[in-house]
Amino acid sequence: MTFLIQQTLLYAVPLMIVALAGVFAERSGIINLALEGIMIFGAFIGVLFVRIMQGSAWIGAAKAANAYGTLQLFGVLAMLVAAIFGALFSLLLSFASINLRADQTIGGTALNLMAPALALFFIRLIANQNTLYIDGDGPSWFMIKKAMFGYGRTEKMSWLGETFINKMYLATYICIILFIVLSILLYKTRFGLRLRACGENPQAADSLGINVYHMRYAGTTISGALAGMGGFVYALTTANCTSNGDVAGFGFLALAVMIFGNWKPLNIAGASLLFGLFKCIAAAYSSIDINGDGVYLLKEIGINENVYRMLPYVITLIVLAFTSKSSRAPKAEGIPYDKGQR
Amino acid sequence: MNQKEPLLQREGAKSVLASLLSIAIGLAFGALAILVVGLASRDLGAGSAWEGIRLIFGGLFSTGRGASGALTWGFNGQNIGNMLFRAMPLIMTGLSVAMAYKTGLFNIGAPGQYLMGTLASLAIALGIPSGALPKPLIWLLAFCGAILAGAIWGAIPGALKAFLNINEVIACIMTNWIAANFVTWMFSISNFKNVVENTKSSYIYKTTYGLVDGKYVSGAGIATSKMGLDKVFPGSQINGGILIAILFAIGVYVMMEKTTFGYELKACGSNRHAARYAGISDRRNIVLSMVIAGGLSAAGAGLYCLSGNTEFFWSTYQSLPAIGFNGIPVALLAVCNPIGVIFTAIFMSMLSISGLQLTNLTAYNEYITDVIIAVIVYLSAFSLVIKMWLGRRKDKVGAVDANAEPLVPKSEPKTVSEAKGGDEA
Repeated sequence: MTFLIQQTLLYAVPLMIVALAGVFAERSGIINLALEGIMIFGAFIGVLFVRIMQGSAWIGAAKAANAYGTLQLFGVLAMLVAAIFGALFSLLLSFASINLRADQTIGGTALNLMAPALALFFIRLIANQNTLYIDGDGPSWFMIKKAMFGYGRTEKMSWLGETFINKMYLATYICIILFIVLSILLYKTRFGLRLRACGENPQAADSLGINVYHMRYAGTTISGALAGMGGFVYALTTANCTSNGDVAGFGFLALAVMIFGNWKPLNIAGASLLFGLFKCIAAAYSSIDINGDGVYLLKEIGINENVYRMLPYVITLIVLAFTSKSSRAPKAEGIPYDKGQR
Repeated sequence: MNQKEPLLQREGAKSVLASLLSIAIGLAFGALAILVVGLASRDLGAGSAWEGIRLIFGGLFSTGRGASGALTWGFNGQNIGNMLFRAMPLIMTGLSVAMAYKTGLFNIGAPGQYLMGTLASLAIALGIPSGALPKPLIWLLAFCGAILAGAIWGAIPGALKAFLNINEVIACIMTNWIAANFVTWMFSISNFKNVVENTKSSYIYKTTYGLVDGKYVSGAGIATSKMGLDKVFPGSQINGGILIAILFAIGVYVMMEKTTFGYELKACGSNRHAARYAGISDRRNIVLSMVIAGGLSAAGAGLYCLSGNTEFFWSTYQSLPAIGFNGIPVALLAVCNPIGVIFTAIFMSMLSISGLQLTNLTAYNEYITDVIIAVIVYLSAFSLVIKMWLGRRKDKVGAVDANAEPLVPKSEPKTVSEAKGGDEA
């Protein structure tokens, strides 16, 4: 059970934060198909940052002294760097779709093609292979371990501790907090209201003195930062802090989560947990012992793991089909805003 | 389209110019990236950067390195043959995207349709025992099976769009990933996994393997006829499939430009509601358009898989085939003209050959060509702006018209008239 909850959380949290990234862009009126690309770029930059910094004296000293706090700070710093570069990368999309009124779908597709190409081009130059690694025990620097709280090797934490603290990542919880804070920002503040107005009826928003272009830039930039960070969190927590120009379609899955969650944060949180569970089952269905009685229930049911992988997309498609009439998709998404237009 | 206009002011000429400009900027960006990396790196230098830049532009005519270590140049039949071979599936996916785009649909589902085509063609080619049917018939069955599978796969987003008004981009993305998982699932429980060459268990048999008495035997299977092309381009992978792809392109051109059916499809693309008002069944046409687009993508997969010299990595659930996505730049560069698609597909595969030369001969790698392609796609997203800039004085009125376009439902592409006639240079 502990394993199941931990793994589900690890898969669900990047999905959740990247789906929220999608919400910010779409609520401001820009379709961000580039989520996948920005994630790839963020993952690459984050891992590259860790790789470059790991040799520095500061990190070396922290490792030698087992200074967990410093190492955790290092992880947060890497997240921040990934977020900044994700935001910068997303400016390409904002510029094309806001200033040049380009087709947002094509712009997003271009970014999706560009990110893995750029990442792999540099990874090959840097590492002479297609995967960028950090030092052998690297990923474990960022893991929260029971030793940090004074527990010995054989001692066990309480069930809650074992499940939610031991062998988890600080990044996961930062993402959850960010998710809550940003959801409140979107729904309970003046900025959020203005941003949403630009996605529903930009003309009306403009007539009330809101700068639609600025709002859309804000939406896509926040989106880019979140997606870039989500990409690094994905790489850190589920790919052992490596980058290979690929996030296994997580960006597109996040898009599915966003649609399944009907563009609303609470639903998105639920949807990402569900899809995270499917991912987790698909990855480890033959070794999951749900209630600890030695019976591998999922293995005995014998459903192929690819079915679990397929399910999120199938469900999203079905939900789309049934809710297309009552969909809460922002009304003005995908339509370039032109001041002169009525 | 007014004949009295000067050549450079004509829509077609402007489209070609805009595409050429995109290509030039893309290549310049690639060259610049090589230069910056070369100058910034300790191991590389200006000399190697210069070699890299020359390979980006002329990799097709590279013949390796001479005895002195300098790059040598000349006619390279193997490169040109491989270029045409790689262009073959790209023409088909490009046609798929182009044809859907003209009907007002952005077919980002080409990778999924391509995968379904791969599944169907390989399953039929490897599933029918070698002696049961004549080989050409098996080939034809496999090819048609691929088209059918892709058509069905394309019909799903088409029907969702037509009847429930679901954005086809989203539906296509979902069907892409469903296809990726479905194909992995099907192959994982099949017995087509290559166990003869024991280091290759993650690949499916080439179609040259045939089922003889329950075992796969090399050489007993099928492969596309070479049609003598291997004599022209010795040592390359080329086969007759490229001719089939070109025939398809001509066929799509005739269908779109010379038949009532094609006209109806385009009418739906320009304005679905106006088309319905004129008595055209818009729903039927949207579904049919996606069916044809899906069939074309999958036909590309069929041609590629049935070549007999390609292998399919079956555990594909984590990534979608690049050939499918590259149909998008191919179509956009050709301004969605089916004949233009032939040339842009060949250009794209020329880039990828240059990339391979870059990997083989220098410290740089082939991914820079993917960056170039991405830059080109990015630029084609605002080709409208480039075109406006090209014909600034005369075309002011037309440009305002085009900007008013997004009033019609979202993801409606640019006007049909603009997509027309981009082939004549």
